[in-house]
Amino acid sequence: MTEQTKIAIKNLNFYYHKNEVIKAFNLEVRANEILAVFGPANSGTTTLLRTLNRMWDLIPGAQMEGEILLDGKNIYSPGSSIIELRRKVGMVFEIPTPLPMPIFDNIAYGPRLSGIKNKAALEEIVENALQMAVLWDEVKDRLHTSGMRLSGGQQQRLCIARILALSPEVILLDRPCSGLDPVSTAKIEESLRRLKEKFTIIVVPHNVQQAGRVADRVAFMLMGSLIEEGLTAEVFSNPKDKRTGDYITGRFG
Amino acid sequence: MKKFGERIPQGLFFIVALSALSVLALITVFIFIEGVPLIAKVGFFNFVFGMKWAPSLGQYGIFPMIVGTVFVTLGAIILGVPVALCCSIFLAEFAPKKLSNLVRPAIQLLAGIPSVVYGFWGLIFIVPAIRNYLGGPGLSVLAGSIILAIMILPTVISISEVSLLALPPLLKEGAFALGATHWQTIRTVLIPSAKSGILASIILGIGRAVGETMAVIMVLGNAVALPKSILDPARTLTTNIGIEMGYASGEHQQALFATGIVLLVIIMILNAAAQYAVRRK
Amino acid sequence: MRINPRKTQLMARIVIWSAAIIVLVILFSIIIYILSKGIPHITWQFLTQIPSDMGRSGGISSAIVGTLAVTLVAIVVATPFGVGTAFYLTEYTRESVITKIVRFSAESLAGIPSIVYGLFGFIFFVIYLKLGWSILSGGLTLAVMILPTIIRTSEEAIRTVPPMYREVSFSLGGTKWQTMIKILIPSALPGIATGIILGIGRCVAETAAVILTAGSALQMPTSLFSPARTMAVHFYILASEGISLEKAFATAALLIILILLINIGANMLVSRFVAKGH
Repeated sequence: MTEQTKIAIKNLNFYYHKNEVIKAFNLEVRANEILAVFGPANSGTTTLLRTLNRMWDLIPGAQMEGEILLDGKNIYSPGSSIIELRRKVGMVFEIPTPLPMPIFDNIAYGPRLSGIKNKAALEEIVENALQMAVLWDEVKDRLHTSGMRLSGGQQQRLCIARILALSPEVILLDRPCSGLDPVSTAKIEESLRRLKEKFTIIVVPHNVQQAGRVADRVAFMLMGSLIEEGLTAEVFSNPKDKRTGDYITGRFG
Repeated sequence: MKKFGERIPQGLFFIVALSALSVLALITVFIFIEGVPLIAKVGFFNFVFGMKWAPSLGQYGIFPMIVGTVFVTLGAIILGVPVALCCSIFLAEFAPKKLSNLVRPAIQLLAGIPSVVYGFWGLIFIVPAIRNYLGGPGLSVLAGSIILAIMILPTVISISEVSLLALPPLLKEGAFALGATHWQTIRTVLIPSAKSGILASIILGIGRAVGETMAVIMVLGNAVALPKSILDPARTLTTNIGIEMGYASGEHQQALFATGIVLLVIIMILNAAAQYAVRRK
Repeated sequence: MRINPRKTQLMARIVIWSAAIIVLVILFSIIIYILSKGIPHITWQFLTQIPSDMGRSGGISSAIVGTLAVTLVAIVVATPFGVGTAFYLTEYTRESVITKIVRFSAESLAGIPSIVYGLFGFIFFVIYLKLGWSILSGGLTLAVMILPTIIRTSEEAIRTVPPMYREVSFSLGGTKWQTMIKILIPSALPGIATGIILGIGRCVAETAAVILTAGSALQMPTSLFSPARTMAVHFYILASEGISLEKAFATAALLIILILLINIGANMLVSRFVAKGH
């Protein structure tokens, strides 16, 4: 694990209609690590993820202060391209959402958006992405059937493959396994462990135990503030803040 | 760079959307430009309340036509709304699914039949029936009302049905739990709750009746006099325009546009009333 | 005196079922009457010859062509404007004063009587723009008339596309435009098509607006600038001036068959729309 900082969040304040939902947030995400940002509901975890790929500008009444640096460059500086950012920073949503098209076209959607038309190139991209998402063997014979016919776990891996097809650098996952059975959850957690060799991964787990299983480092977020962060094992066994310990052991939730 | 690519479609769509607004403005502007000078010349009260319509003599009073429109529309509402409401209750509450799935498209079909076909059918069946059994020339306010009642059925039925279906099921279940019969539930709970939607459908039905031209031309008789009974022939604002536009010119033509202005105003008021009724939920 | 609620229930049932039966009887009697009197006179010559002797003999081919031409112009013009406006309302704006005004305009346009559209078309297209009585004037007038229908059905169709699809597309680097073309339009297509088909139905049935703008010439139209008659207009003239009862019935029967086909088409599209999982 390298010590290089991939993403630096500096003094982030976020407001919905003048309500402050993220307060004075400072955090560094290291390259090629899995960071889990966890906390009780409505702590701002989803909002935090969305600031990282600028997916909040669709929401009316939202305002942001502070800086977010990707590889040292502020992603909110006036000239920077949102499109480029979203290709570099991919997001997997809570509800698996295959697009209403065949599996192949789902994966090829992103590359086609960026202009890749060559059939052979697309086929190679799709296969690589599905391999990395550990879905290739299960679907290689039915690439041209609808993505909506897959099971929940398969659909979510499809969504992961979809962003892998764009060769991102960072992968954001917002409660990716909620609603999935334990077997599918295990498969996805396993693929995350393999993916961190090539990508930086930030995940909001849907329970604390998942953070413990999957993450290298964790960050505990409560009511919009960062309470503490550090290596998973350290934070879980020796939390510096009482609230962290209480949440992890389930005294509140 | 990509942002520029987004601006072009956005600008295009804005221009396109503005067209909807401009078209309405355009219609209003042009009709007003043609019609207002005549109203100014003849005088507003003389125009709207004048009893004589005789273009060749330079007289442009449209009151007989207003009365014609009111009578015919009133008749259409009295005849058509009760039947339409019962039919919408039928579709929403009484009909088994298979039957309602057949009846609904049938009513849609009713809506699609050209108005001239309705007028023709009315001319062949309704007009002689009135003449033979009730007297008068047959071409009458009654004939117009009957035809219009049929023509507004689809509008009132479909919107009322939607309003009834949109009610939360708990409303019905609550009434049943208190021991009400089906009909009692409908009468005391469902219809009052769907009141605003039903009212809106009636207002829209009125709008259709007021605006209908071709069917009415064929069965109304088109006498320019004030109708004194429902068996008398009459003219409505729309049929006035429809009949005379073919050969009107100059001032006469302007008077027809002025009639159009009155129609526009009536429809705008009705539309606003319908939207208000729906909002009062 | 209290009437037994069971008795009122029974009476109510009788009344309501009777109402439904009355409506159906009326519908079927009209349609069956026209079709039975008209279909026998629909011959190949009827469909392919132009009317002669003011319509007493010959066929209605020029009216058929007139109907198709006017409807085509109307659809070609109204569809891009209608669908485009719907997209603007759903994708490019938040609810604001402007969207309220645009929506109010569309709703108001929907209620305007067709004769007023005829007046407008006459003064604007025929006279002001000097297009004369022509297919173009008639088609453009009809385009304005069906615009609100297309806007309304398209907007509804676009709104039922799950918002998550947009999110996914944006998160993969898609622009609004790309999202629209690749996801929204394909998904909303059945609903949009339904609106267009309903618009076609209105164009075919319309008489008042067309007679004032496309004229009532009997000859086969030769260009967009030729005056023309539509089947509805032709039927009206035949029937109201008592020219030929036979030909009138035949024309009406043809019209009804056409409308029936259009309605069936629209219903099939709606079922496909619903089957896609809404």
